[in-house]
Amino acid sequence: MSTTMTPPPKKVNHIGLEVLPYKGSKTTLCAGCGHNSISERIVECFYDLGVNPYTVAKFSGIGCSSKSPAYFLGLSHGFNGVHGRMPAIATGAILANRTLLGLGVTGDGDTASIGIGQFMHLVRRNIPLIYVIENNGVYGLTKGQFSATADLGSTLKTGLANDLPPFDCCALALKWGATFVARSFSGDKRQLQAIMKTAIAHKGLSVIDVISPCVTFNDHVGSTKSYSYMKDHEEALQELDFVPFFEDISVEIPEGEVSDVRMHDGSHLRIRKLGRDFDVNDRFKALQALEESESKGEVLTGVLYLNTEKPTFTDLLNLSDDPLTTLPESKVRPPKSVLDTVMEELR
Amino acid sequence: MSTLEVSPAESLPEQSSHPVVNDFSIQVATVNGSGSQTANTVLMRSIFQMGVPVSGKNMFPSNIAGLPTWFTIRASKKGYIGRRKEIDILVAMNPETAREDVLKLDRGAVVIYDEPLKLNELRSDLHFFPVPFDKLVVPVCPEAKLRKLVRNMIYDGVVAQLLSIEMDEVHKALVKQFGKKKAKAAELNWGACKAGHEYAQKNFPQGVPYRVERMNATAGKIIIDGNAACALGCMFAGVTVVTWYPITPSSSLVESLIGYMRRFRHDPETGKATYAIVQAEDELASIGMAIGGGWAGARSMTATAGPGISLMSEFIGLGYYAEIPVVVFDVERVGPSTGLPTRTQQGDVLTTAILSHGDTKHPMLFPCSPEECFTMAQEAFDFAEKFQTPVFVMTDLDLGMNNWMADAFPYPEKPIARGKVLDAEDLNRLGGFARYKDVDGDGVGYRTLPGTNHPAASYFTRGSGHNEKAGYTEREDDYIHNMDRLAHKFEVMRQHIPEPVVTIAPNAKIGFVAFGTSDYAVRESCDQLREEYGIEASYLRLKGYPFTQHLRDFIARHDRVYVVDQNRDAQLLGLMRLDFEVELLAKLRSLRYYGGLPLDARTVTDEIIRQEGK
Repeated sequence: MSTTMTPPPKKVNHIGLEVLPYKGSKTTLCAGCGHNSISERIVECFYDLGVNPYTVAKFSGIGCSSKSPAYFLGLSHGFNGVHGRMPAIATGAILANRTLLGLGVTGDGDTASIGIGQFMHLVRRNIPLIYVIENNGVYGLTKGQFSATADLGSTLKTGLANDLPPFDCCALALKWGATFVARSFSGDKRQLQAIMKTAIAHKGLSVIDVISPCVTFNDHVGSTKSYSYMKDHEEALQELDFVPFFEDISVEIPEGEVSDVRMHDGSHLRIRKLGRDFDVNDRFKALQALEESESKGEVLTGVLYLNTEKPTFTDLLNLSDDPLTTLPESKVRPPKSVLDTVMEELR
Repeated sequence: MSTLEVSPAESLPEQSSHPVVNDFSIQVATVNGSGSQTANTVLMRSIFQMGVPVSGKNMFPSNIAGLPTWFTIRASKKGYIGRRKEIDILVAMNPETAREDVLKLDRGAVVIYDEPLKLNELRSDLHFFPVPFDKLVVPVCPEAKLRKLVRNMIYDGVVAQLLSIEMDEVHKALVKQFGKKKAKAAELNWGACKAGHEYAQKNFPQGVPYRVERMNATAGKIIIDGNAACALGCMFAGVTVVTWYPITPSSSLVESLIGYMRRFRHDPETGKATYAIVQAEDELASIGMAIGGGWAGARSMTATAGPGISLMSEFIGLGYYAEIPVVVFDVERVGPSTGLPTRTQQGDVLTTAILSHGDTKHPMLFPCSPEECFTMAQEAFDFAEKFQTPVFVMTDLDLGMNNWMADAFPYPEKPIARGKVLDAEDLNRLGGFARYKDVDGDGVGYRTLPGTNHPAASYFTRGSGHNEKAGYTEREDDYIHNMDRLAHKFEVMRQHIPEPVVTIAPNAKIGFVAFGTSDYAVRESCDQLREEYGIEASYLRLKGYPFTQHLRDFIARHDRVYVVDQNRDAQLLGLMRLDFEVELLAKLRSLRYYGGLPLDARTVTDEIIRQEGK
């Protein structure tokens, strides 16, 4: 620790770290890529909340999005696995060490095509993991093919129109058991920060679908995942503010339709409604809202669902509080008397 | 029905006044789902309890109920527990197969059969014992719907009477089988068993030319299937993350493990589990989770069979290249594709050795017995962590799902070895580390675990090109350097893989090389060759891959070496072709069996005689 401690007056967070330890190596993604903005939000949020980077494990699959864990939280272990199978790797690692804060970053190809099976089972298990989908509707690393989240009728750079309907990853997550579901836009700094911080504080699975335009292959007229399309069609559900546990909740209470959701660590997600009657505890309403906005051509963003009560998979397995990885031999190898008992039963 | 012709009328061979003692095989032909497994286990256990070496082989269909199934019990005073081809006593309960079963028997065999099948009309050179099962079951089982299940226990009584198996031992075996909780069911079955015994006593005064006599060759031994033995090995190895997807014949490995872990691996104070077992959505996920667990520092494993191995191929390449410890149990069955899912084969050896795309090589362990399932499961975890790589434990359906007589397992002597892992204190001392640097010359780098509270602990694991510091690279020199180190690591493994078991026969010109369950047939065949043909044969049983110097030496000292494979394409021999120079390869001959049944000694002996031109 001493090597990263710096004397004042440099700015540090509440655990005494500067922002530098939260950064990663230099991005190799295209200039203007939405994914880079998301990496920046991750750096800010983990710094702001004073998360110890040594307790974080980063996971990704294959694709442009999956390269990005190298560009943030350089002091955290990272695992760039195989295409579409990040949920399995993350699940195994978190079971091995339940004290890790898991952060998975994936793309729409990774999640909605090759990895949709693993994604659905991750959701079903409510694995304690932050699962960020950097959704640009296109395969970037293989140079511009449609993904399964591309909207019906949207076009490639070549003019080719998509004739299949998209998967809505938020709707899938809502339906099958994720306990925090949100959608955001890489260009919406404030909203994405509040969502990311909520995910850090949330103890179950957080699915965050972030529309993250691909400036090289999917930012043209005819794309429904471009910066300009999002500027025109984003419809925010709420105004969000995250108040961490170490800050005084009593300050800055805004006027009007405001409600607070208390997180397990004592933090609060402060939600100010924007016109629409919406309750983040109501899964059915969230699904309905997604359907309605899709039919209107809107991209609904904000917190769709938050359930702080449902047990996670590690709870269901009744896992030891200490990480399985560090249990001493005396806890994981039964004594000789056990072997004797079993042998006697088999005689 | 069979198209076989009824054999010409032959008279019964004259019955010797000296019955064959403790050397015979019984085949019970029943219908899947009729509860015959209980009756068969009880019969096998009774003989075992009388101190006679015994083995049981279940030949069952891929089906829940209704298709034919055969259970073979072999008693052998010499201790041969491999499959024996010849059937001495047939219990014919299945009308579907009875005719063919009877026609296949050698002259002089004993047939106990369900009276209405009238099997005695088929041949005149066999000993027939008709039993009216339906009539006998009525008085002992008033509840009509249970009769189908209880009925089978009658043949236990008949066989016990004919072979002089002590009824006290049958009763003991039956009580053990049902356990204390099912005392009522045990009682009902015991009634049926006694009825069969009484019937045989009254109606079969002629007896049979076989009998069981008390011996003392099973004292202290246990009866267990290989899958349960692997499971126990995993528990005592300190496994912490277990992932699986149900597939025959590996499912019972993890199911046994679940049973043991629930009993013995919860913290006595908190009641919490010191392990996680996850039934995954498929094999892609089960190996992915196991690799994630191994990466994070768990003792991590999965169990599967051939189709699962195929699906795991991509992830295994990641495990090899990113150097992540994980143990994979492959309980092999007959492929390709779905193949014969309930029959045995050593069909995955070649694919597994080089599983995944690109240049990959993987260590494999080959247990041949429940004892080795237990010890090698433990060795596999130590090996995986020592060399930071996927390790395969290759068993098969014969070993995994059949009941075997075995020595009681030894409690592990050595402490658990976790390999090269640096903690925060180490990092304070060292200042830092390079994940893929060969510091010690054995090709194995040092790793840290996520969660290590130190600024120098983190590294980025990737399946893409990486340099010594785990940084991304596409450089030619970095890539070659890394691949060469991995090849060197594999060479170092040769010094640590379990050594083969070598038996040199004096003056032997020929030798056998075999692995896994071929062992039983090969050892018995060595005796047959010596006793029947005067041929001496040496034998090397491999316990693992990569091959060691012992194998080269063994081949070099013999004129011809028969490599025994339970697969069509001589997969073990194929692996040797990848390793050995022409002079050694010229001495190798292939001996293959791939019909899906456990290999038997007679098949081996006959094939040696054919190839040796004797």
